[in-house]
Amino acid sequence: MRTLCEIRNLSVTYRGQTIPALNRIDLDIVTGERLAIIGESGSGKSTLARAVAGLLPVGAKLAGKMRWSSGQPPLPGRDLGFVFQDPSSSLNPVLTIGEQVAEGARRHLGLSWREAYGHALKMLERVRIPEPDKAMKAFPHQLSGGQRQRIAIAAALAGRPGILIADEATSALDMVVQAEIVSLLDELVREAGMTLIFITHDIALASGFADRVAIFKDGRLAEIGPTGHVLSSPKEPYTKTLIASHRDLTTPPLIREAAS
Amino acid sequence: MTLLTIENLSKRFSSGGREVAAVSDVSLTLEPGETLGLVGASGSGKSTLARILMRLLPADAGAIQFEGKDWLTLSGAELRRHRARMQMVFQDVLGAFNPRATVASVLDDPLRIHAIVPKAERPRAIAALLDRVGLPASYAERSIRDVSGGQRQRIAIARAIATKPSLIVLDEAVSALDVSIRGKILELLVELQEERGISYLFVSHDLAVLRAVSHRIAVMETGRLVETGPMRQVIENPQSPAAKALIGAVPRLVTEPTEGPSHDV
Repeated sequence: MRTLCEIRNLSVTYRGQTIPALNRIDLDIVTGERLAIIGESGSGKSTLARAVAGLLPVGAKLAGKMRWSSGQPPLPGRDLGFVFQDPSSSLNPVLTIGEQVAEGARRHLGLSWREAYGHALKMLERVRIPEPDKAMKAFPHQLSGGQRQRIAIAAALAGRPGILIADEATSALDMVVQAEIVSLLDELVREAGMTLIFITHDIALASGFADRVAIFKDGRLAEIGPTGHVLSSPKEPYTKTLIASHRDLTTPPLIREAAS
Repeated sequence: MTLLTIENLSKRFSSGGREVAAVSDVSLTLEPGETLGLVGASGSGKSTLARILMRLLPADAGAIQFEGKDWLTLSGAELRRHRARMQMVFQDVLGAFNPRATVASVLDDPLRIHAIVPKAERPRAIAALLDRVGLPASYAERSIRDVSGGQRQRIAIARAIATKPSLIVLDEAVSALDVSIRGKILELLVELQEERGISYLFVSHDLAVLRAVSHRIAVMETGRLVETGPMRQVIENPQSPAAKALIGAVPRLVTEPTEGPSHDV
């Protein structure tokens, strides 16, 4: 087990705010693990993702340490890919799909445009876009939300980064597409031996594939541990609440059903 | 008497020279005090159906009977009068309000427009509505922006019940809320239904939510209704591929270490 990044006493305060969005976080990210960061709105989960990726807005105050095993923070695009919640705003509406996916490969893998287009086409096949050669020439608005998120994943992975951060990458999608995208992410990350940081509000979704879960509440890390341990014997009352609020197809209904 | 009957409803959109059948030949009924869960993937036509029902979009073909009226032919003053009986709660809890409004003005509007309560008695009616959805009367003076997402959805529900409707259309009404708040809002909706006999058409892509509150479930796929039945029947013994896919996609809470995703894809 090799530590990729040691986070110590990390706090983030956004400009104009007095209350920190992240408050004294201690967390180790392990190379090759699938780590789920779970929390509700205002928990600081997205702030953590942005701090790790170096994507905090100008004016955000960062205190504490992030020690990377490589000695320096990962370069976004080359060492680290980021998939955002809303693919219609993370993709450029005036560039073709091909250009957007090839761009990362050209810049970070040192390919020519022609080679980068070839690489992009392979990436579209890997994320299972139907008719990838046609999709290369399409614009984002011509694709469905699920297809757009597949493109965003292809673009994030085009530079062969070792780390992928998915920040609520499936919550704007319907459930059937969500299940497909989670399964795709899981498969791609396994194949490439990447580290996945999966940010979500949905503890059940994470429970299906994460190695470890970290539960965030109000800017603090409430609990962290192997997924099976945390879910079967949660220590913190908040984790228990989250587990108890989960609804699936075995939860008793709230309505009184007519006798049948 | 059946509250709502939708017969052979169709709606097409044309996009870039292509015709898309958003809703094709859909027929449904809803009884008083009943919740019908309308489920489908993105683009299945469920929101278009809800919008036609709310008279926010015209239908191309078909008819709707609501409280014995030929709903799609009502117009002018008669339509306005009857709109009080059918209300809607939206997914986007901030977009559904005038951002400059106060909580009191949000609730005052329907009481005034539909002449439900005379002016002098409205502050008391507003306090009663807030109390009914579990908020203190002091919230009346707050700006709609200064309350949390869950509280805002309670206010949206208070606004919907203000006109004493017989039907409320809930369009992904809990999808944007945190899970710990979601359950409480669903409980509130069920309580209001038991107390007032309101019917709900609950539109969602989340079968776990619909299962909690629906008596019957209708499944849509590419504009068509592919399956309708009692809640348990549809969830325990789905017939259509669309219903099977939606059931397989509901994340299950896995408490033991596993290999790979838990859902069937």
